[in-house]
Amino acid sequence: MSITRHRLFYPGVLLLVLLVSNVFFTPTFFNLRMQDGHLYGSLIDIVRNGAPLLIVAVGMTFVIATGGIDLSVGAVMAISGAVATHHIAGLSNQDSTAGVLTAVGMALGFCLLLGLWNGILVAVVGIQPIIATLILMVAGRGVAQWITDGQIITVNSPAYKLIGGGYKLALPFAIFLAIAVLVFAAVISRRSALGMLIESVGGNAEASRLAGIRSRGLILLAYVFSGFCAGLAGLMISSNVSSADANNTGLFYELDAILAVVIGGTALIGGRYFLVGTLVGALTIQTLTTTILTIGINPNATLLFKAFVVFVMCLIQSPAFRAKVFRRRQRPASPPAAPASKEQHVRVPA
Amino acid sequence: MSTAVLDKRPTGLPRVSQRYFPVLATLLLLVLMYLFGTFQYEGFASGQGVANLFIDNSYLIVVAVGMTFVILTGGIDLSVGAVVGLSTMVASTLLEDRGWSALLVIPVVLLIGCTLGGLMGAVIHYYEIQPFIVTLAGMFLARGLCYVISTDSQSITDGLYSDIALKTIPLGGGVVITYSVIVALAAVLVAYMVLHYTRLGRNVYAMGGSKQSAMLMGLPVARTTIAVYTISGFCAALGGILFSFYALSGSPNTAIGLELDAIAAVVIGGTLLIGGSGFVLGSVIGVLVLGLIQTIITFANLESYFTRITIGLLLFAFILLQRLVFARRSPGS
Repeated sequence: MSITRHRLFYPGVLLLVLLVSNVFFTPTFFNLRMQDGHLYGSLIDIVRNGAPLLIVAVGMTFVIATGGIDLSVGAVMAISGAVATHHIAGLSNQDSTAGVLTAVGMALGFCLLLGLWNGILVAVVGIQPIIATLILMVAGRGVAQWITDGQIITVNSPAYKLIGGGYKLALPFAIFLAIAVLVFAAVISRRSALGMLIESVGGNAEASRLAGIRSRGLILLAYVFSGFCAGLAGLMISSNVSSADANNTGLFYELDAILAVVIGGTALIGGRYFLVGTLVGALTIQTLTTTILTIGINPNATLLFKAFVVFVMCLIQSPAFRAKVFRRRQRPASPPAAPASKEQHVRVPA
Repeated sequence: MSTAVLDKRPTGLPRVSQRYFPVLATLLLLVLMYLFGTFQYEGFASGQGVANLFIDNSYLIVVAVGMTFVILTGGIDLSVGAVVGLSTMVASTLLEDRGWSALLVIPVVLLIGCTLGGLMGAVIHYYEIQPFIVTLAGMFLARGLCYVISTDSQSITDGLYSDIALKTIPLGGGVVITYSVIVALAAVLVAYMVLHYTRLGRNVYAMGGSKQSAMLMGLPVARTTIAVYTISGFCAALGGILFSFYALSGSPNTAIGLELDAIAAVVIGGTLLIGGSGFVLGSVIGVLVLGLIQTIITFANLESYFTRITIGLLLFAFILLQRLVFARRSPGS
């Protein structure tokens, strides 16, 4: 097996090329320095700013693995920040640890419920995931604005600030949170049968149900976890700026998260997932954003590059495209009009 | 197996009314909402009020018409909002900075929309990538191009263009409409004719019913897929032109999230999201329902964010309704 066949080869190359190309514009790109006991540098920035995206993308990975999709994460992020800041703003001592913990607990608890709502719509009511989560995507921002009463809530709470903007052991606290979520997800799903069960549900929910797997519960779990991840990411973003903007927090995050998952090699069709790939994907997107900022291109042009990256990654992942361009499939490609069949993802090289 | 048995069980409702049921429910909702507004708020019911509903939502009607084609085939087009934005940007830049004639600008904008849509359709079909992700890339592309053209909004002062935009047509009784309304209604009419009286229309419904069967029957699946995304791109560009008539400016932030409104209108209008069933007139009613929600919330002096919550709730209600009416067709049950 050549290294080019490894599923992380193209995403990894993309990330490396992006990182290295930065050196041409910013020779000090890879430099790290200590200042006031904090580690600073472009790389640290990328990981820190990419942390919320990584967390959302990890949750999204499981949803996509079940063959679903969660469009509501951006709105859930906004709601999470709104709930937490709304509670903190009402405290007499905004910095009290107990108060902040309660706020965080309330926000995350509410997001778990929102995830459960999505999960029930998909797994129990049987609505297509895109549509089921679209409901919350549309209504969610309205709910967040309702909570903040249409205002941007600002809080002055160093304890809350720690989540997204603080430092521990010379590194941004957000990085630890992101790593914790990633490691937790990896250990719990790959050290037990859980991951395999989720993949089997994504491969064929009905077949796995007949095989005795409680597919309904697993799908519910995936959406609940995604809601939790989105809630945590929303807290990080709102805490970083010590405020909650119901309109703009997490805007387009669902798209970035899906993009990160897809770049990481997890096919949207479900049945397989790669958490390390998601990590690479999230870092790639953040590196892209940071690169464009440091080069001095209009940050809004990031969208063009993202379009290009999505397009290329999708083409590379498309069996039809590979069959046509690389011609390495031994049997002739199925008729071009064949709909993406459920068996295809089984052939994705592991 | 169990579903096959259920199929044979005679249902209370005849087939025809089942097909029309979601649309009729939406129409009933529209009428009830209108009556509610009329009795609740003074000055709600007026001829001009109804005309304004069309004037304010003409661009959304056109975009929803295009979206209906795509959703009928079982696809989705997330790029429409960005294409609307791009169209306003291209129109305002060509008119103001380059001094092109409006008669030249409009075809160019429409051509750009068709090209983008056609390309997305081709990628979706030939490379078998999900419409969701391809049109997402299209959305990034179109929105990115907006910002490449300019990050500032540009007002349109071109004589002919603003003439078309501002000119009103009296309908009698002091009620006036704009040319945009006529364009939107014409688009609806054409779409209706295409869907119900042409081969393309039959193919669209057939593909939405079952792409596999459509292919095995020898229907031109490739051509149809590319056609529906081209139509959606065209409608989005036309919607963009109508929007620039409405706002008389082009801005890179125009119509962010419009795709959600369009999808919501189509769903509320009774089109099945798995494709194969629905009506373009339903989508128009869906747009009017969204517009009426906006009007009622303005009249009720409620905060604007209740609009989004109400739309979300309606979306939920109608999706549940679809599940109940079309339960046997849906997967996973």
